[in-house]
Amino acid sequence: MAQDRPTAAELLTAIADFLREEATPALDRTEPRLGFQMRVAVNSLAILEREIRLGHDADLREHARLAKLLGHGGTLSELNYELARQLRSGVRDERDPALMAHLEATTADKIAIANPKWR
Amino acid sequence: MTVHKPIEAESVAAVLAAAAGRHFGGIAVIEGLSRESGGASRQTWRFDAVAAGRRHELILRRDPPSLGKTDRERSVAIDRATEFRVLAAAHKAGVQAPEPLFELAAGDGLGEAFVMRRASGTAIARKLLRDAAYDSARGKIAGQLGEILARLHATDPVTLPPLVRREAADHIASLRRSLDDLGQAQPVFELALSWLDRRKPPPLDRPVLVHGDYRTGNYLADETGVTAILDWELAHLGDPIEDLGWLCVKSWRFGAIDRPAGGFGSREELWAAYQRAGGRPVDPQRAHWWEVFGTVHWGIICLNQAWKHLSGSIRSMEHASIGRRAVETQVDLLQLLKNAA
Repeated sequence: MAQDRPTAAELLTAIADFLREEATPALDRTEPRLGFQMRVAVNSLAILEREIRLGHDADLREHARLAKLLGHGGTLSELNYELARQLRSGVRDERDPALMAHLEATTADKIAIANPKWR
Repeated sequence: MTVHKPIEAESVAAVLAAAAGRHFGGIAVIEGLSRESGGASRQTWRFDAVAAGRRHELILRRDPPSLGKTDRERSVAIDRATEFRVLAAAHKAGVQAPEPLFELAAGDGLGEAFVMRRASGTAIARKLLRDAAYDSARGKIAGQLGEILARLHATDPVTLPPLVRREAADHIASLRRSLDDLGQAQPVFELALSWLDRRKPPPLDRPVLVHGDYRTGNYLADETGVTAILDWELAHLGDPIEDLGWLCVKSWRFGAIDRPAGGFGSREELWAAYQRAGGRPVDPQRAHWWEVFGTVHWGIICLNQAWKHLSGSIRSMEHASIGRRAVETQVDLLQLLKNAA
Protein backbone atom coordinates (compact mmCIF):
# COMPACT_ATOMS: atom_id res chain seq x y z
CA MET A 1 0.00 0.00 0.00
CA ALA A 2 1.41 3.35 -1.00
CA GLN A 3 1.72 5.86 1.80
CA ASP A 4 0.19 9.28 1.36
CA ARG A 5 2.47 12.20 0.47
CA PRO A 6 4.90 13.36 1.70
CA THR A 7 7.21 10.62 0.48
CA ALA A 8 9.95 9.47 2.83
CA ALA A 9 12.42 11.76 1.06
CA GLU A 10 10.05 14.71 1.24
CA LEU A 11 9.39 14.15 4.93
CA LEU A 12 13.12 13.91 5.71
CA THR A 13 13.71 17.16 3.82
CA ALA A 14 10.98 18.89 5.82
CA ILE A 15 12.49 17.67 9.11
CA ALA A 16 16.02 18.66 8.09
CA ASP A 17 14.86 22.13 6.96
CA PHE A 18 13.07 22.71 10.27
CA LEU A 19 16.05 21.57 12.34
CA ARG A 20 18.51 23.62 10.28
CA GLU A 21 16.52 26.84 10.04
CA GLU A 22 14.72 26.98 13.39
CA ALA A 23 16.13 24.56 15.95
CA THR A 24 19.86 25.01 15.24
CA PRO A 25 19.98 28.84 15.59
CA ALA A 26 18.11 28.57 18.90
CA LEU A 27 20.56 25.93 20.16
CA ASP A 28 23.55 28.00 19.03
CA ARG A 29 22.36 30.78 21.34
CA THR A 30 21.88 28.61 24.40
CA GLU A 31 23.92 25.38 23.98
CA PRO A 32 26.62 25.75 21.30
CA ARG A 33 27.84 22.18 21.80
CA LEU A 34 24.37 20.86 21.02
CA GLY A 35 24.21 23.27 18.08
CA PHE A 36 27.26 21.52 16.63
CA GLN A 37 25.70 18.10 17.20
CA MET A 38 22.50 19.28 15.57
CA ARG A 39 24.45 20.20 12.42
CA VAL A 40 25.85 16.67 12.38
CA ALA A 41 22.31 15.30 12.69
CA VAL A 42 20.97 17.55 9.92
CA ASN A 43 23.82 16.46 7.68
CA SER A 44 22.96 12.81 8.36
CA LEU A 45 19.30 13.43 7.52
CA ALA A 46 20.38 14.89 4.17
CA ILE A 47 22.40 11.70 3.53
CA LEU A 48 19.31 9.60 4.27
CA GLU A 49 17.18 11.71 1.94
CA ARG A 50 19.66 11.16 -0.92
CA GLU A 51 19.97 7.48 -0.07
CA ILE A 52 16.20 7.02 -0.29
CA ARG A 53 16.17 8.67 -3.72
CA LEU A 54 19.36 7.18 -5.17
CA GLY A 55 20.39 4.16 -3.10
CA HIS A 56 18.22 1.45 -4.63
CA ASP A 57 19.32 2.05 -8.21
CA ALA A 58 22.95 2.46 -7.14
CA ASP A 59 22.84 -0.95 -5.41
CA LEU A 60 21.36 -2.58 -8.53
CA ARG A 61 24.07 -1.10 -10.73
CA GLU A 62 26.82 -2.20 -8.33
CA HIS A 63 25.37 -5.71 -8.14
CA ALA A 64 25.17 -6.04 -11.94
CA ARG A 65 28.75 -4.79 -12.41
CA LEU A 66 30.10 -7.14 -9.74
CA ALA A 67 28.33 -10.18 -11.22
CA LYS A 68 29.80 -9.36 -14.62
CA LEU A 69 33.28 -8.69 -13.22
CA LEU A 70 33.38 -11.92 -11.17
CA GLY A 71 31.49 -14.01 -13.73
CA HIS A 72 28.76 -15.33 -11.43
CA GLY A 73 25.85 -14.33 -9.18
CA GLY A 74 25.48 -13.99 -5.42
CA THR A 75 24.31 -11.42 -2.90
CA LEU A 76 25.86 -7.96 -3.03
CA SER A 77 27.70 -8.68 0.22
CA GLU A 78 29.02 -12.08 -0.99
CA LEU A 79 30.30 -10.60 -4.24
CA ASN A 80 31.99 -7.69 -2.45
CA TYR A 81 33.70 -10.12 -0.07
CA GLU A 82 34.94 -12.18 -2.98
CA LEU A 83 36.31 -9.08 -4.69
CA ALA A 84 37.93 -7.90 -1.44
CA ARG A 85 39.67 -11.29 -1.03
CA GLN A 86 40.96 -11.13 -4.61
CA LEU A 87 42.31 -7.64 -3.99
CA ARG A 88 44.05 -8.60 -0.76
CA SER A 89 45.66 -11.69 -2.29
CA GLY A 90 46.72 -9.76 -5.38
CA VAL A 91 44.69 -11.84 -7.88
CA ARG A 92 43.43 -8.49 -9.16
CA ASP A 93 45.07 -5.08 -8.91
CA GLU A 94 44.90 -1.53 -10.21
CA ARG A 95 46.19 -2.58 -13.65
CA ASP A 96 42.80 -4.20 -14.40
CA PRO A 97 40.70 -1.56 -16.26
CA ALA A 98 37.38 -3.37 -15.72
CA LEU A 99 38.07 -3.49 -11.97
CA MET A 100 38.98 0.19 -11.85
CA ALA A 101 35.88 1.18 -13.87
CA HIS A 102 33.74 -0.77 -11.39
CA LEU A 103 35.35 0.78 -8.32
CA GLU A 104 35.13 4.29 -9.77
CA ALA A 105 31.44 3.90 -10.66
CA THR A 106 30.64 2.43 -7.23
CA THR A 107 32.54 5.15 -5.40
CA ALA A 108 30.89 7.86 -7.52
CA ASP A 109 27.44 6.50 -6.57
CA LYS A 110 28.41 6.32 -2.87
CA ILE A 111 29.80 9.87 -2.68
CA ALA A 112 26.73 11.21 -4.52
CA ILE A 113 24.78 10.02 -1.48
CA ALA A 114 27.26 10.58 1.37
CA ASN A 115 28.73 13.93 0.33
CA PRO A 116 28.06 15.18 -3.22
CA LYS A 117 30.16 18.33 -2.58
CA TRP A 118 33.35 16.32 -1.93
CA ARG A 119 36.14 17.30 -4.32
CA MET B 1 26.16 13.12 24.89
CA THR B 2 28.26 13.83 27.96
CA VAL B 3 26.55 15.30 30.96
CA HIS B 4 29.03 16.64 33.41
CA LYS B 5 27.95 16.56 36.93
CA PRO B 6 28.94 19.65 38.94
CA ILE B 7 29.98 17.28 41.70
CA GLU B 8 32.66 15.78 39.43
CA ALA B 9 34.04 19.27 38.66
CA GLU B 10 34.13 20.04 42.40
CA SER B 11 36.17 16.98 43.23
CA VAL B 12 38.52 17.58 40.27
CA ALA B 13 39.00 21.20 41.43
CA ALA B 14 39.84 20.10 44.97
CA VAL B 15 42.49 17.65 43.75
CA LEU B 16 43.94 20.25 41.38
CA ALA B 17 44.15 22.87 44.13
CA ALA B 18 46.19 20.53 46.32
CA ALA B 19 48.43 19.38 43.45
CA ALA B 20 48.98 22.92 42.11
CA GLY B 21 49.81 24.05 45.64
CA ARG B 22 52.48 21.35 45.88
CA HIS B 23 53.90 22.26 42.45
CA PHE B 24 53.90 26.05 42.66
CA GLY B 25 54.38 26.28 46.42
CA GLY B 26 51.84 27.70 48.84
CA ILE B 27 48.10 27.78 48.47
CA ALA B 28 46.60 27.49 44.99
CA VAL B 29 43.11 28.64 44.02
CA ILE B 30 41.49 26.94 41.00
CA GLU B 31 39.35 29.16 38.76
CA GLY B 32 37.29 28.65 35.61
CA LEU B 33 37.53 24.85 35.56
CA SER B 34 35.62 23.46 32.57
CA ARG B 35 35.69 20.35 30.48
CA GLU B 36 36.58 20.69 26.80
CA SER B 37 34.78 18.57 24.23
CA GLY B 38 36.29 15.16 23.66
CA GLY B 39 35.78 11.59 24.67
CA ALA B 40 34.53 10.38 28.02
CA SER B 41 37.54 8.12 28.51
CA ARG B 42 40.23 10.63 27.50
CA GLN B 43 39.35 13.99 28.99
CA THR B 44 40.77 17.49 28.66
CA TRP B 45 39.92 20.19 31.21
CA ARG B 46 40.96 23.86 31.18
CA PHE B 47 41.50 25.91 34.33
CA ASP B 48 43.57 28.65 35.92
CA ALA B 49 45.59 28.15 39.08
CA VAL B 50 46.35 31.27 41.11
CA ALA B 51 49.31 30.66 43.42
CA ALA B 52 51.68 33.08 45.17
CA GLY B 53 50.02 36.01 43.41
CA ARG B 54 50.55 34.56 39.92
CA ARG B 55 47.95 33.23 37.52
CA HIS B 56 48.86 30.07 35.60
CA GLU B 57 46.75 29.13 32.57
CA LEU B 58 46.63 25.34 32.54
CA ILE B 59 45.23 22.19 30.98
CA LEU B 60 44.49 18.88 32.70
CA ARG B 61 44.77 15.72 30.56
CA ARG B 62 43.03 12.87 32.24
CA ASP B 63 41.82 9.27 31.79
CA PRO B 64 39.31 8.68 34.60
CA PRO B 65 39.90 5.46 36.54
CA SER B 66 36.34 4.20 36.22
CA LEU B 67 36.01 4.31 32.44
CA GLY B 68 37.54 1.48 30.47
CA LYS B 69 39.20 2.29 27.18
CA THR B 70 38.20 0.32 24.12
CA ASP B 71 40.68 -2.33 23.03
CA ARG B 72 41.69 -0.29 20.04
CA GLU B 73 42.36 2.82 22.14
CA ARG B 74 44.44 0.68 24.46
CA SER B 75 46.38 -0.85 21.60
CA VAL B 76 47.43 2.28 19.69
CA ALA B 77 47.24 5.27 22.03
CA ILE B 78 49.96 5.88 24.60
CA ASP B 79 49.00 6.25 28.25
CA ARG B 80 49.07 9.61 30.03
CA ALA B 81 52.34 8.98 31.85
CA THR B 82 54.04 8.22 28.52
CA GLU B 83 52.42 11.25 26.88
CA PHE B 84 53.78 13.42 29.69
CA ARG B 85 57.33 12.16 29.06
CA VAL B 86 57.04 12.51 25.27
CA LEU B 87 55.83 16.11 25.71
CA ALA B 88 58.70 16.83 28.08
CA ALA B 89 61.26 15.43 25.60
CA ALA B 90 59.75 17.31 22.62
CA HIS B 91 59.51 20.52 24.63
CA LYS B 92 63.17 20.18 25.58
CA ALA B 93 64.05 19.62 21.90
CA GLY B 94 62.55 23.05 21.12
CA VAL B 95 59.27 21.84 19.62
CA GLN B 96 56.39 24.29 20.06
CA ALA B 97 54.33 22.11 22.37
CA PRO B 98 52.50 22.75 25.63
CA GLU B 99 54.96 22.69 28.53
CA PRO B 100 54.16 19.69 30.76
CA LEU B 101 54.29 20.69 34.44
CA PHE B 102 53.34 17.88 36.81
CA GLU B 103 51.62 14.52 37.03
CA LEU B 104 48.84 13.61 39.42
CA ALA B 105 49.56 10.73 41.78
CA ALA B 106 47.52 7.53 41.89
CA GLY B 107 46.31 8.53 45.36
CA ASP B 108 44.78 11.72 43.95
CA GLY B 109 41.97 9.64 42.46
CA LEU B 110 41.76 11.35 39.07
CA GLY B 111 43.08 8.32 37.18
CA GLU B 112 46.03 8.73 34.82
CA ALA B 113 46.44 12.50 34.64
CA PHE B 114 48.90 15.36 34.19
CA VAL B 115 48.85 19.15 33.98
CA MET B 116 50.47 21.27 31.27
CA ARG B 117 50.53 24.96 30.39
CA ARG B 118 47.73 26.20 28.13
CA ALA B 119 49.01 27.61 24.83
CA SER B 120 47.16 30.41 23.06
CA GLY B 121 45.48 30.21 19.67
CA THR B 122 42.76 28.21 18.01
CA ALA B 123 42.80 24.71 16.53
CA ILE B 124 39.63 25.25 14.49
CA ALA B 125 40.57 24.71 10.83
CA ARG B 126 37.60 26.63 9.44
CA LYS B 127 38.68 29.80 11.33
CA LEU B 128 42.36 29.45 10.47
CA LEU B 129 41.56 28.94 6.79
CA ARG B 130 38.95 31.69 6.37
CA ASP B 131 38.86 34.33 9.15
CA ALA B 132 40.44 37.73 8.43
CA ALA B 133 42.32 37.62 11.76
CA TYR B 134 44.57 34.89 10.32
CA ASP B 135 45.26 36.53 6.94
CA SER B 136 48.97 36.98 7.59
CA ALA B 137 49.33 33.70 9.53
CA ARG B 138 48.01 31.70 6.57
CA GLY B 139 51.12 32.42 4.51
CA LYS B 140 53.42 31.19 7.28
CA ILE B 141 51.77 28.04 8.61
CA ALA B 142 53.01 25.51 6.00
CA GLY B 143 56.63 26.59 6.52
CA GLN B 144 56.28 26.66 10.31
CA LEU B 145 54.81 23.15 10.30
CA GLY B 146 57.83 21.95 8.31
CA GLU B 147 60.33 23.59 10.67
CA ILE B 148 58.62 22.34 13.82
CA LEU B 149 58.42 18.83 12.42
CA ALA B 150 62.16 18.80 11.70
CA ARG B 151 62.83 19.66 15.37
CA LEU B 152 60.28 17.08 16.52
CA HIS B 153 61.97 14.33 14.50
CA ALA B 154 65.35 15.39 15.90
CA THR B 155 64.19 14.76 19.50
CA ASP B 156 67.02 12.87 21.23
CA PRO B 157 65.84 9.24 21.52
CA VAL B 158 67.54 8.81 24.93
CA THR B 159 65.20 11.47 26.38
CA LEU B 160 62.10 9.52 25.27
CA PRO B 161 60.12 6.94 27.26
CA PRO B 162 59.78 3.47 25.69
CA LEU B 163 57.56 3.78 22.59
CA VAL B 164 56.22 1.24 20.13
CA ARG B 165 58.12 1.07 16.85
CA ARG B 166 55.75 1.06 13.87
CA GLU B 167 57.05 0.57 10.35
CA ALA B 168 55.14 0.54 7.09
CA ALA B 169 54.55 -3.23 7.27
CA ASP B 170 53.18 -3.02 10.84
CA HIS B 171 50.77 -0.27 9.81
CA ILE B 172 49.49 -2.29 6.83
CA ALA B 173 48.97 -5.39 8.98
CA SER B 174 47.15 -3.36 11.60
CA LEU B 175 44.76 -1.79 9.06
CA ARG B 176 44.02 -5.20 7.51
CA ARG B 177 43.18 -6.51 11.00
CA SER B 178 40.81 -3.56 11.42
CA LEU B 179 39.06 -4.38 8.15
CA ASP B 180 38.70 -8.01 9.24
CA ASP B 181 37.01 -6.86 12.45
CA LEU B 182 34.52 -4.56 10.74
CA GLY B 183 32.14 -7.01 9.13
CA GLN B 184 31.82 -5.32 5.74
CA ALA B 185 33.93 -5.92 2.62
CA GLN B 186 35.91 -2.84 1.55
CA PRO B 187 37.31 -3.37 -1.97
CA VAL B 188 38.82 0.13 -2.38
CA PHE B 189 40.70 -0.07 0.93
CA GLU B 190 41.88 -3.62 0.08
CA LEU B 191 43.13 -2.40 -3.30
CA ALA B 192 44.99 0.51 -1.72
CA LEU B 193 46.54 -1.65 1.03
CA SER B 194 47.82 -4.16 -1.54
CA TRP B 195 49.20 -1.28 -3.65
CA LEU B 196 50.97 0.01 -0.52
CA ASP B 197 52.20 -3.46 0.47
CA ARG B 198 53.91 -3.98 -2.90
CA ARG B 199 55.72 -0.63 -2.67
CA LYS B 200 56.42 -0.24 1.02
CA PRO B 201 59.58 1.69 1.93
CA PRO B 202 62.28 -0.27 3.77
CA PRO B 203 62.53 0.30 7.55
CA LEU B 204 65.01 2.94 8.67
CA ASP B 205 68.18 2.00 10.51
CA ARG B 206 67.39 4.56 13.16
CA PRO B 207 63.66 5.22 13.61
CA VAL B 208 62.74 8.65 15.01
CA LEU B 209 59.99 10.10 17.20
CA VAL B 210 56.88 10.28 14.99
CA HIS B 211 54.02 12.47 16.25
CA GLY B 212 51.43 10.20 14.64
CA ASP B 213 48.59 12.74 14.28
CA TYR B 214 50.35 15.83 12.88
CA ARG B 215 47.63 17.67 10.99
CA THR B 216 45.46 20.77 10.79
CA GLY B 217 43.02 20.58 13.70
CA ASN B 218 45.72 19.24 16.03
CA TYR B 219 47.80 22.38 16.46
CA LEU B 220 47.01 25.81 17.83
CA ALA B 221 47.72 28.94 15.81
CA ASP B 222 47.16 32.66 16.36
CA GLU B 223 47.70 35.69 14.10
CA THR B 224 51.47 34.99 14.15
CA GLY B 225 51.05 31.38 13.06
CA VAL B 226 51.54 28.04 14.83
CA THR B 227 51.86 28.30 18.62
CA ALA B 228 51.67 24.68 19.84
CA ILE B 229 51.48 21.12 18.52
CA LEU B 230 48.77 19.15 20.34
CA ASP B 231 47.40 15.59 20.51
CA TRP B 232 50.48 13.44 21.12
CA GLU B 233 48.54 10.29 21.95
CA LEU B 234 49.61 8.42 18.82
CA ALA B 235 53.34 9.13 19.22
CA HIS B 236 55.58 6.20 18.23
CA LEU B 237 58.94 5.44 16.66
CA GLY B 238 59.12 5.11 12.90
CA ASP B 239 59.61 6.85 9.57
CA PRO B 240 59.62 10.67 9.85
CA ILE B 241 57.99 10.94 6.42
CA GLU B 242 54.87 9.38 7.94
CA ASP B 243 54.10 12.74 9.61
CA LEU B 244 54.73 14.69 6.38
CA GLY B 245 52.42 12.38 4.42
CA TRP B 246 49.64 12.49 7.03
CA LEU B 247 49.68 16.31 7.10
CA CYS B 248 49.03 16.33 3.33
CA VAL B 249 46.04 13.94 3.37
CA LYS B 250 43.21 15.73 1.58
CA SER B 251 40.80 15.43 4.51
CA TRP B 252 43.07 17.79 6.52
CA ARG B 253 42.84 20.57 3.94
CA PHE B 254 39.28 21.31 5.01
CA GLY B 255 38.26 22.37 1.52
CA ALA B 256 41.49 24.18 0.57
CA ILE B 257 42.26 21.27 -1.73
CA ASP B 258 44.83 23.07 -3.88
CA ARG B 259 47.08 23.59 -0.82
CA PRO B 260 48.15 20.09 0.22
CA ALA B 261 50.24 21.12 3.27
CA GLY B 262 47.37 21.11 5.75
CA GLY B 263 45.40 23.60 3.62
CA PHE B 264 48.14 26.26 3.83
CA GLY B 265 50.82 25.61 1.23
CA SER B 266 52.39 23.28 -1.31
CA ARG B 267 54.14 20.01 -0.49
CA GLU B 268 57.35 21.54 -1.85
CA GLU B 269 57.11 24.54 0.54
CA LEU B 270 56.59 22.15 3.43
CA TRP B 271 59.49 19.90 2.45
CA ALA B 272 61.85 22.85 1.82
CA ALA B 273 61.12 24.31 5.27
CA TYR B 274 61.56 20.84 6.81
CA GLN B 275 64.96 20.40 5.16
CA ARG B 276 66.12 23.95 5.98
CA ALA B 277 65.42 23.22 9.64
CA GLY B 278 67.57 20.10 9.57
CA GLY B 279 65.09 17.44 8.43
CA ARG B 280 66.49 14.73 6.20
CA PRO B 281 65.94 15.21 2.44
CA VAL B 282 62.39 14.26 1.45
CA ASP B 283 62.07 11.64 -1.29
CA PRO B 284 58.84 12.65 -3.14
CA GLN B 285 58.00 9.01 -3.87
CA ARG B 286 58.30 8.05 -0.21
CA ALA B 287 56.18 11.07 0.74
CA HIS B 288 53.54 10.04 -1.79
CA TRP B 289 53.52 6.52 -0.32
CA TRP B 290 52.84 7.93 3.14
CA GLU B 291 50.14 10.26 1.79
CA VAL B 292 48.35 7.29 0.19
CA PHE B 293 48.84 5.35 3.43
CA GLY B 294 47.45 8.27 5.46
CA THR B 295 44.39 8.43 3.23
CA VAL B 296 43.56 4.72 3.78
CA HIS B 297 44.38 5.14 7.45
CA TRP B 298 41.89 7.99 7.91
CA GLY B 299 39.26 6.08 5.92
CA ILE B 300 39.57 3.06 8.19
CA ILE B 301 39.59 5.30 11.29
CA CYS B 302 36.21 6.64 10.06
CA LEU B 303 34.87 3.06 9.92
CA ASN B 304 36.36 2.31 13.35
CA GLN B 305 34.72 5.39 14.87
CA ALA B 306 31.33 4.26 13.55
CA TRP B 307 32.07 0.76 14.81
CA LYS B 308 32.53 2.06 18.36
CA HIS B 309 28.90 3.14 18.21
CA LEU B 310 27.65 0.07 16.32
CA SER B 311 29.36 -2.37 18.69
CA GLY B 312 27.82 -0.63 21.68
CA SER B 313 31.13 0.41 23.26
CA ILE B 314 29.94 4.02 23.11
CA ARG B 315 26.58 5.44 22.04
CA SER B 316 27.23 8.48 19.88
CA MET B 317 25.46 9.91 16.86
CA GLU B 318 28.64 11.80 16.03
CA HIS B 319 30.70 8.59 15.94
CA ALA B 320 28.01 6.82 13.92
CA SER B 321 27.92 9.58 11.31
CA ILE B 322 31.70 9.53 10.76
CA GLY B 323 31.30 6.11 9.15
CA ARG B 324 29.75 7.78 6.15
CA ARG B 325 32.90 9.87 5.66
CA ALA B 326 34.99 6.82 4.74
CA VAL B 327 33.87 7.09 1.11
CA GLU B 328 35.52 10.52 0.86
CA THR B 329 38.88 8.80 1.24
CA GLN B 330 37.86 6.15 -1.31
CA VAL B 331 37.29 8.90 -3.88
CA ASP B 332 40.70 10.34 -2.99
CA LEU B 333 42.45 6.95 -3.10
CA LEU B 334 41.24 6.12 -6.58
CA GLN B 335 42.48 9.53 -7.69
CA LEU B 336 45.86 9.08 -5.97
CA LEU B 337 46.40 5.61 -7.46
CA LYS B 338 45.47 6.91 -10.92
CA ASN B 339 47.96 9.79 -10.62
CA ALA B 340 50.67 7.37 -9.49
CA ALA B 341 50.13 5.05 -12.47
